[in-house]
Amino acid sequence: MAAVERSRSKAAMILKRRDGQTLNYISSGIFALGGMGVLFVLGKQLINNPPLFIQQMLNGLQLGFIYALIALGYTMVYGIVKLINFAHGDVFMVGAFTSFFAISVLDLHNWPTRLIPGLAPGLSIVLGTVTVMLLTMVVSAVLAIVIERFAYRPLREKPRIAALITAIAVSFFLEYFGALPFALTNNYITYPRPFEIAVFSAGIIPIGVLVALWALFGSSIGAYFILRAMGKRGNAKMRLWAQHPLLQLGMLLGGFLAVVLTLTTLRIQTERGVWDLSVSNVALVIMGGSILLQVVLQYIVSQTRLGKAMRAAAYDKQTARLMGINVDTVITATFALGGALGGAGGMLYATAFKQVHHLMGIIPGMKAFVAAVLGGIGSIPGALVGSLIMGQAETLAASFISTPMRDAISFSLLIIVLLFRPQGLFGEPPGEKV
Amino acid sequence: MKNIKKSTLTFFGAMLAIYIIVQLLLSLGVLNNFWRGIIFWGAAISIVALGLNLIYGFNGQFSLGQYGFYALGAYAAADVTWRWLNEDPSGIVVGFLGSAVVLGLYALVAVFLRRFYNVRVTTRFLAYLLTTVLGYGIAVIGLRPLLEPLLLTVLNALPPAVTQQIVFFLALVSGAAIAGIASFLFGIPVLSLGSDYFGIATLGFTIIVKVLLDNTDTILPFPEMKGARGMVGIPQWTTWTWVFLCFLLVVVVMRNLLHSSTGRAILSVREDERAAELVGIDVTQAKLLPFVVGSVFAGLAGGIRAHDLAFLHPQSFNFIQSFNPLIIVVFGGLGSMTGTMITGFLWILLLEGALRLFLPQGFETWRFVVYPLVLLIMMLLRPEGLFGQYEFPYLKRPLANLRTRSASPQAGEAAASEEVTP
Repeated sequence: MAAVERSRSKAAMILKRRDGQTLNYISSGIFALGGMGVLFVLGKQLINNPPLFIQQMLNGLQLGFIYALIALGYTMVYGIVKLINFAHGDVFMVGAFTSFFAISVLDLHNWPTRLIPGLAPGLSIVLGTVTVMLLTMVVSAVLAIVIERFAYRPLREKPRIAALITAIAVSFFLEYFGALPFALTNNYITYPRPFEIAVFSAGIIPIGVLVALWALFGSSIGAYFILRAMGKRGNAKMRLWAQHPLLQLGMLLGGFLAVVLTLTTLRIQTERGVWDLSVSNVALVIMGGSILLQVVLQYIVSQTRLGKAMRAAAYDKQTARLMGINVDTVITATFALGGALGGAGGMLYATAFKQVHHLMGIIPGMKAFVAAVLGGIGSIPGALVGSLIMGQAETLAASFISTPMRDAISFSLLIIVLLFRPQGLFGEPPGEKV
Repeated sequence: MKNIKKSTLTFFGAMLAIYIIVQLLLSLGVLNNFWRGIIFWGAAISIVALGLNLIYGFNGQFSLGQYGFYALGAYAAADVTWRWLNEDPSGIVVGFLGSAVVLGLYALVAVFLRRFYNVRVTTRFLAYLLTTVLGYGIAVIGLRPLLEPLLLTVLNALPPAVTQQIVFFLALVSGAAIAGIASFLFGIPVLSLGSDYFGIATLGFTIIVKVLLDNTDTILPFPEMKGARGMVGIPQWTTWTWVFLCFLLVVVVMRNLLHSSTGRAILSVREDERAAELVGIDVTQAKLLPFVVGSVFAGLAGGIRAHDLAFLHPQSFNFIQSFNPLIIVVFGGLGSMTGTMITGFLWILLLEGALRLFLPQGFETWRFVVYPLVLLIMMLLRPEGLFGQYEFPYLKRPLANLRTRSASPQAGEAAASEEVTP
């Protein structure tokens, strides 16, 4: 009897419940107030000292583009095998060390000047750097393939956690093997840049370059919209052209470089004197290289047979196999692509911060993964946007809110975004099968 | 009395025997301070890993935040005793009584929120967050001037040895309670995310805690924790009796929780969340409860470890360390309490004890090269862990038919297709 009574009173209580929407509105209001408080602090800094703020945003952009390269490896691997590849951060580290040895031991970045002495210095530097980067990418891709082959593939049909543990094990192995005295040693090592650093500030960039960049940006974005409009009218071929990688490259590269370089021509008069915004060639190389590699990746994923197979495997491995796709090869290719981009990211990171260390991959790797989650895991544009947000959040938090708390702030940002949009910014809403 | 099972008697008898043997060895001086530390450390790590096994192994929520709660418990408990040693009972008032006030207020908020439907998790979270601030605010502003003199006189009137034990007990409880409250607050919003997202969010929690601990003296108002320099001046009060009692308590609580109907609800959430919801299980609660209990265990272990090592440093709680409980749990066997307990001890015994002692000088760095390789080979050869699903008879659930989830629905049909390169 007591049980019946209890369930009756429970039912009565449930019936008496009221709508909690008012409470939701109140809490949303409080959250909005908090967000506005943060924006107010940042806005005040922007008004107080605009050049400093813009300069910090430029620095954040540089960091964001490096994160983007690493995040792509995470996001692609997670998209296909649903594995948080903890070893990816260490592939990044190995990439940085590969380029370090290529430059300091092999002197690879100087080969054009050695072999072809008459070459223009600018061209030879570009050639040398590109060679080092290609070598780095190849080594990192091979490492990623080896890791996949020996640590993950045997566990493909086993519980997911086993592969996660091997990922952690591989990560530990690479880190602590690197700490051994005969390997990479556990000291911070100064990284020799493959090219001299140069800072571009007001007046150094010729107007012609700026005009060309803006024209590139304008024409590609114009072409994109025209082609898309024509595609909507029913011209399917035009719609395909609108997604051409060259157009994307033009838009992204032209847009970012034009904005950044135009900003550097500004001379801003503040109370403390004239402030020239500046950007280093390292930052430009990072932005350009990162965008280029991402567009190449986007091309591979969206336009080639391999990319189609990758998307199919990510969607449904079983059916992809039935359609005659060799899923193992596709997964290997995914790891190779991710590893190559991660290695390139490692080289760019070392070039920017001029230091290599055997544990250097952990924190950038983690942040890049967070960026991938933030942008929506499995989505390539999401990885770029998430990484740029992470870069900005980190730099702005470090410079205007609290320097020691910058990691805490960027991770809190992740948690907050996940609360309001659990699939990330660009992610597909998770479909649930009952 | 007549209904006690044989397995229960065997288990408690064995535990008692272990207690007496270790106590004898410690008293006779056979085990020196090094091995004493290793055993205590092993117990603490085992407790942390048991907590994680409850969260991940039995409830299926992939968490990397265990070390964050461990750190919170360690620092909170250490702070309580540190303050006590400096003639300041505020740690006890805020840590113990403040937590009690907060828990009382939580009950009120829960009753209040139950009168509404359609309440978002963020709203719930905010309500509890404000309550927490209010509760600790009451403790700091209202209770401190009121109770501190009283507490000081009462505790000082007792013999010093008794006072020490009482303060230590209160410190351990405070650490566990603070870890539990933090996990409750963190768990409300974050547990509603999917499994992997939950893992990342908890990883973020560990990193946030570590950063906060790095800045305890600059940003947070705890100058005695000394930020990134590490906290010193913690008394070495942990004894084998305390370690053993905590360990036994954790094992028994966890065992009884899993044997109850709540425990079956927890397991059903791991097996299939949607199905569990359909048969009328409150999934939110069945996820929150193990998360909080597991974190309380971690906080308790933190208190033990802090009062054994007598030194705390944020670097020992960074997120790389937070993989340790996960590795122990998987190594021992996911969803096997026995495996976790034994592996926790073995892990510390081998990695910190034996390998450090027996490897030649200068080869300490090799430990972390060999250990991942062992882990790798182990996972490749025996992915279900050392003990698989084995349990001591006392810990074995009746009608246990645990099954581990496979990675993908299409597991086990590897070479079934004609493969053509793309």
